[in-house]
Amino acid sequence: MYKIAKENLSALFREISKTQELYLPIKTAGKVNFGAWTEDCEVDIDTLKSVKSPKDAFFPQSENLYTCTTEDKKIKITPEELKSQDFVVFGMKGCDVQGVEVLDKVFLSNPVDSFYQARRNHGTIVAMACSEPEDSCFCKVFGIDCANPQGIADVAVWNTPDYLYWNALTPKGEKLTAAVSELLTESDETAVNSLKDDIHNIVEKLPYMDLSLDGWGGDALDEKFNSPIWEELYKPCLACGTCTFVCPTCQCYDIRDYDTGHGVQRYRCWDSCMYSDFTMMAHGNNRTSQMQRYRQRFMHKLVYYPANNDGMFSCVGCGRCVDKCPSSLNIVKVIKAFSKEGK
Amino acid sequence: MQELINRAKELLNDGTVVRVLGWKAGDMPYNPEPAFFNSPEALDEFVYNGFCGANLSKYMIEASTLEGKTLVFLKPCDTYSFNQLLYEHRVDRDKAYIIGVGCKGKLDIEMIKAQGIKGIRGVKGAELTDDCETLTIDTIYGEKTCSFSSAMLGRCHVCKGKEHKIYDEIIGESKDTQDQERFAGVEFIESMTPEEKFEFFQKELSKCIRCNACRNVCPACSCRKCVFDSNKFDSTQKANVDSFEEKMFHIIRAFHVAGRCTDCGECSRVCPQGIPLHLFNRKFIKDINEFYGDFTAGETADGDRPLTSFTFEDVEPSIVTERG
Repeated sequence: MYKIAKENLSALFREISKTQELYLPIKTAGKVNFGAWTEDCEVDIDTLKSVKSPKDAFFPQSENLYTCTTEDKKIKITPEELKSQDFVVFGMKGCDVQGVEVLDKVFLSNPVDSFYQARRNHGTIVAMACSEPEDSCFCKVFGIDCANPQGIADVAVWNTPDYLYWNALTPKGEKLTAAVSELLTESDETAVNSLKDDIHNIVEKLPYMDLSLDGWGGDALDEKFNSPIWEELYKPCLACGTCTFVCPTCQCYDIRDYDTGHGVQRYRCWDSCMYSDFTMMAHGNNRTSQMQRYRQRFMHKLVYYPANNDGMFSCVGCGRCVDKCPSSLNIVKVIKAFSKEGK
Repeated sequence: MQELINRAKELLNDGTVVRVLGWKAGDMPYNPEPAFFNSPEALDEFVYNGFCGANLSKYMIEASTLEGKTLVFLKPCDTYSFNQLLYEHRVDRDKAYIIGVGCKGKLDIEMIKAQGIKGIRGVKGAELTDDCETLTIDTIYGEKTCSFSSAMLGRCHVCKGKEHKIYDEIIGESKDTQDQERFAGVEFIESMTPEEKFEFFQKELSKCIRCNACRNVCPACSCRKCVFDSNKFDSTQKANVDSFEEKMFHIIRAFHVAGRCTDCGECSRVCPQGIPLHLFNRKFIKDINEFYGDFTAGETADGDRPLTSFTFEDVEPSIVTERG
């Protein structure tokens, strides 16, 4: 284990940026989101949750696939180049790291998504323990220990008032550690162990951490799908895309053409199952009501995804939907409503 | 609150209304949700407190298509939206029984958390029967307090007043919570240089994730099919293709609701990125006031509207170049 004094973090970020891109939580106009580090950006590693999850680093909200242009009455197609440079995502939380694992199962299984794969290959994840998890958090329900980032994280770090503690977890993480070794000093684990205890104590007291997932999973399809509860639950839904766009695991996208005036950019962008044209096909739309669209989102997270991925849920309990839904709807309320009805 | 529930039960039982549109208790002290109640028993979950910020007028568009009358609880500022929707024939007055419910300001949980109050388990002092001066917050770190005013939604600092503009009856006291100048934010931006203005809006709007929450919650955005949802144009809803498009979405929306926006503040309340979207609308309101005389959309459900009725006193289009 290593440590670095907090006042040296700028030097650390500068050092990493010398050889690769660095994405980290940046405060812009009062809100924290992941973005590319620059000398004059305002880094904020103390705010618990970025508004959007950092999934953009691997699966951007919008990305070009190829561009068509006309030259001498001939159409030229230029495929977008795959990510070829290394980059670091610094400060992902345990829930967001597991979010990437959820995306991996979708994009890295056959047929492999080459855009996503290139980013995963070139990205190094530095995951940070949550010093002070909040009331909307429920990662523990999905087997995540927010005090101890692991899984596909390459480096784990702990944020204490004076020092950032650093522990490499994978060969990629070792490589990054070696690259910044001049800024790190060796440390024992006392401070980190004490922080972990503090975090676990907070987790025990948080209201959502004992949420029960009994009855959910791949086998619950018919019974959950046909439940009359959905008719009640969806009513206040405004059909906006907030929950899907702040979510670390929502992975649906749309492919569209953008008319540049002298060519076409074919791009893909995040889609939302809350939107009326989601799954719109030539023959029409197989979901015709907001109730069906609302049901889809939760069935996907808690039934369809686990059915296809050895029981793994595609919710990681980050609580962003809890914080952000304009009508105060969220996955916790859905789970609780079904528990209450005993279904 | 019990008074509201009792009255709602009476109106359901005597057949005046067939359903109630109000707020249902959430699973946290601060997350009640808009809800339809179809029976007196269902009303046991009814709640009304400082966290019931949602403007229910927009849900009345749907309720107006249903059989029978809906009892709806509207706060003073919500009644402006209802009136405006009535003027636009988007809601049916005969399908609504309006209880003008008192309001002492509505709260923004993020304003409480921004004061470092975390791990919240309970909030006291936000009931309509409270004086709404101080909030006592039970957290996993012990009890904390903050002033009610410091936790209010931005819109309540420029409160339009405690008068309901349309109602069948009124229950509960209201308080005028205005403690800021309504157009101060707009004037501040007007005083900027063009470069500063551009930087301000670039910073704010670059956070936009095109979730459409502002549009979907907006009572003035009641088109059956929005141009930004149409597959026939490049203006689809889901992504900002370039840095201009996100601005286009918000600017077009502001133009579309100009003269109809009641300044209810729902757009800024729901924005997950905290973009002060109301500033666009308030700029239009300020200009309309200056050009055509003071006007507040939704103050009445009839009468002429500045942008839809011609008079010889109207400003000429050249005002745009004259003002620079």
